[in-house]
Amino acid sequence: MTNLTTLTIAAARDKLAKKEFTALELTEAHLAAMEKHKALNAFITETPDIACARAKESDARIQSGKAGALEGIPLGIKDLFCTEGVQTTAASHILEGFTPQYESTVSQKLRDAGSVMLGKLNLDEFAMGSSNMTSYFGPVKSPWKAKGRSDDLVPGGSSGGSAAAVSGYLAMGATGTDTGGSIRQPASFVGIVGVKPTYGRCSRWGIVAFASSLDQAGPMTRTVRDAAIMLKVMCGHDPKDSTSAKLDVPDFEAALGKGVKGLRIGIPKEYRPDGLNGEVAALWDKGIQWLKDAGATTVDISLPHTSAALPTYYIVAPAEASSNLARYDGVRYGQRVEGRSLDEMYSKTRAAGFGFEVKNRILIGTYVLSAGYYDAYYLKAQKIRALILKDFSDAFAKVDAILTPTAPTAAFGLNDKQDDPVAMYLNDVFTVPANLAGIPGASVPAGLNSEGLPLGLQVLTKRWDEETMFRVCQVLEDAAQFPYLTVTP
Amino acid sequence: MSFIIKGETGDWEVVIGLEVHAQVISKAKLFSGASAEFGAGPNEHVSLVDAGMPGMLPVLNEKCVEQAVRTGLGLKAKINQRSVFARKNYFYADMPQGYQISQYDQPIVGEGTLILDMPDGETRAIGIERLHVEQDAGKSVHDLHATKSMIDLNRSGVPLMEIVSKPDLRSPEEAGLYLKKLRSILRYLGTCDGNMEEGSMRCDANVSVRPVGSTELRTRCEIKNVNSVRFVMQAIEHEAKRHVDVWESGAQVDQETRLYDSNRNETRTMRSKEMAHDYRYFPDPDLLPLEFDDAYVAGIKATLPELPDDKKARFISAYGLSAYDAGVLVAEQESAAYYEHVAKLSGDAKLANNWVANNLFAVLNDKGVGIGESPISAEHLGKLLLLIKNNTISGRQAKDVFEIMIKSGQDPNVIVEERGMKQITDTGAIDAAIDQIISQNADKVAQYREGKETLMGWFVGQVMKATQGKANPALCSELLKKKLAP
Amino acid sequence: MSLDKATVRKIATLARIDVPEADLDATAARLSGILSWIEQLNEVNTDGVQPMSGGLDESMGLKLGWRADVVNDGGIRDKVLANAPDANGAFFGVPKVVE
Ligand SMILES: [Mg+2]
Ligand SMILES: [Zn+2]
Repeated sequence: MTNLTTLTIAAARDKLAKKEFTALELTEAHLAAMEKHKALNAFITETPDIACARAKESDARIQSGKAGALEGIPLGIKDLFCTEGVQTTAASHILEGFTPQYESTVSQKLRDAGSVMLGKLNLDEFAMGSSNMTSYFGPVKSPWKAKGRSDDLVPGGSSGGSAAAVSGYLAMGATGTDTGGSIRQPASFVGIVGVKPTYGRCSRWGIVAFASSLDQAGPMTRTVRDAAIMLKVMCGHDPKDSTSAKLDVPDFEAALGKGVKGLRIGIPKEYRPDGLNGEVAALWDKGIQWLKDAGATTVDISLPHTSAALPTYYIVAPAEASSNLARYDGVRYGQRVEGRSLDEMYSKTRAAGFGFEVKNRILIGTYVLSAGYYDAYYLKAQKIRALILKDFSDAFAKVDAILTPTAPTAAFGLNDKQDDPVAMYLNDVFTVPANLAGIPGASVPAGLNSEGLPLGLQVLTKRWDEETMFRVCQVLEDAAQFPYLTVTP
Repeated sequence: MSFIIKGETGDWEVVIGLEVHAQVISKAKLFSGASAEFGAGPNEHVSLVDAGMPGMLPVLNEKCVEQAVRTGLGLKAKINQRSVFARKNYFYADMPQGYQISQYDQPIVGEGTLILDMPDGETRAIGIERLHVEQDAGKSVHDLHATKSMIDLNRSGVPLMEIVSKPDLRSPEEAGLYLKKLRSILRYLGTCDGNMEEGSMRCDANVSVRPVGSTELRTRCEIKNVNSVRFVMQAIEHEAKRHVDVWESGAQVDQETRLYDSNRNETRTMRSKEMAHDYRYFPDPDLLPLEFDDAYVAGIKATLPELPDDKKARFISAYGLSAYDAGVLVAEQESAAYYEHVAKLSGDAKLANNWVANNLFAVLNDKGVGIGESPISAEHLGKLLLLIKNNTISGRQAKDVFEIMIKSGQDPNVIVEERGMKQITDTGAIDAAIDQIISQNADKVAQYREGKETLMGWFVGQVMKATQGKANPALCSELLKKKLAP
Repeated sequence: MSLDKATVRKIATLARIDVPEADLDATAARLSGILSWIEQLNEVNTDGVQPMSGGLDESMGLKLGWRADVVNDGGIRDKVLANAPDANGAFFGVPKVVE
């Protein structure tokens, strides 16, 4: 009964059903791994008692033949999802000690499907970052190391804790949220699968909001099949979220075996800018070949407003965030710093409660919405967003899916100086357009660079067509034979 | 009805625009399932959404949309089939999200008209600029603690319609008439109860002045949250005079938000609003644009009641009432219905108007109750008027019966029957009484016959006394005249 | 667009984030750097383009859902106050506000 933690969700599901081991044994194996790898700092709050209690309930349901779709599967929950009775921080000091009296729709669905919550995963503060270094609770370390080196690497962000936990075998899967690439970029950095579904697929109810028109929850797993299994549970219409789509949820897992024969795959030229990392470009070419080998045709396409996407995002997301984060004022929950007046209390509370990057973005967002600047920034961004949407709808008139690299580089060092915020923002240059357009996107681990670090490929499809996305992902995964991390769990 | 302020430099007129916040009649709040009812214990009617908890999202209440459209139709306004909810960003202790969800450049209702009914029977059209839907804030209670304010979020998220007039009003009286008429329309429509004391209707007044004859718009001040029609009128009058004083002293009026203090009858700068505002409106990314089609609007239109203006016109033409009388009757839907019932039963619209608008309204006023709590039903009042019309009782007797009806709530037919109050129209009985009075008062008869005709009243009184007031007065004087003739 | 100290002070006040006087220059420089990078958007031609409404409109394939007018929430004062830094009886306490 060794290596329970290296199983895929699909395999564990089948073995649990066959009673090869119990849910409690599976959970305990993961709790032990979490204990052993505390240094990764993947969790902000561990919930071993809850995990064991739920695992026992799972065993009882398995015994009585009432197993759910994720019965007994140990998962980590990004600490942006509110969990009833369990501290939820968004990795911010301002929410330290906040215990929600409610459960987010997505985490509730996972719970209802029988999954076991191991704890709350670390992230960039309020999901703002691409390295997990902005967390008030300290950075997360990637379980990966560059060949022959011992220095720590970032797991990417903002779902850095999720990425580290899944790739390091601390959890079989994890929830992430993706506002500009926060699922896909870390998935690429640690060699796992990360899926951002169509905007409106997953309910945002109970997820601490960063940028409402962009935020979307999704699964992070080690295989494409596992992502399909988890996503099916996570999504579906929620009357508590006005932006949740009233659509039936397809059986994503059923789409996996269908291959890509006859599919038209778009290759956007704008994603190959001068100076694109050679190894990233080479892997992309490999991916193109794999799809061709599997019977797809590739089509050169243009997404002309690609270079405008990132700066557009850095207007839209901070603008929404500046408003979404106004509620953290020390009145109803979270930290408070007293002041002589209400305004002084607000200003001191927010200065002490928010970290550097969050304050940066709130100030930028406040500025771009303020009188005299709204048209030049926010309105301009909304127009460009419309153009980006049109780029994609034009493209999807010609192709069924788009293949690109997920991130412009592999993971960088935890101690690499990151003075220039814009340089950090560039991590998301390939992922942000999908958020602006609301289309689904996934990152699949496709290979290692010369330093032995994972690189991912991104698959984009049109709105509500996750099934095609999963088909393409499956073919890439099969072809890549990605060398998963060999750790001793 | 001109309102002129006599200044030292000449005559000034006042320019007024009103912004009314009217609480939408609904069971639940605008964006949550908590009750919108007034009067619960602190923080009882609060959901996690209303408290601005992390991750909570707004979901629009369909009733509030319907009510806004209904009100827009009642104001003969343009209904916008696509409108957008926007966030108005500012910090305040009783505003949990740090923003108010409102509508900004794309409101649900556009321009419309409200007709003022002037006391002289004339009308005046006042432009409506827009109507938008928004959420209310909570309440800060300042007097429970020495150093703290206490926040109650019961009102947080309660649905409001903000109805903005054009700056078409020219006197405090017009402002008062506007508010009364708006309240009347909202109550007819059933979209707001118009209760200013409980805060379900609140008024902000934008006031500026200018020399008579000028068409410029000078700096205006906004007087916030005035909570009665009388105070709105007083506040405007005070504020207009203050502006004239400022301008005439050679200074400038500062554009600012002011508070009306009804105890001192003065306005003053609101300290909490001193900090420069920049609301950073932008479309709420938690909500999609609000859209509906023609059929939706038509469906609501089909259920509109007859509104005060139409009813008034009909009362004038169908019942021959004056514009003023009709206006009084239609102000409240229940009064109008009561009147119509009485008019139809009695078959005499003018008599019905006299009894309803004069006698009954005076009683209701005295008791401080509305027509709904009238001690006399329309049915009974109609019967009373019928008794007058068919000469069963005299007008004088009717007044007595009316008094008894107020106290007992009895059917007038029963009262008249039980108390034997029927008029005596039998000449024999009256003749006998007259003969007796003449025989007992020879001196008065002589004086009358010598020309002192004013004694006729005295004789009638004596006959009435002798018949316990039951004699038909017209018949009495007719018979007396004959018998007293020299 | 480069931000000056006064503008940073103003937006910090609007955002209710206390920025110490000594940090204003550095903050202004940092924000200016980000804004000048954003300003590459001026080169994108957006003439005649209809802006998205808040990023969410029919172009995203979604339609606003409405809720029935039913009271099915509230009456949870304990939950509402559970995390309050200053739960004062049935209220949230804050420093005294002067009207
Ligand atoms: Mg207003
Ligand atoms: Zn308002």
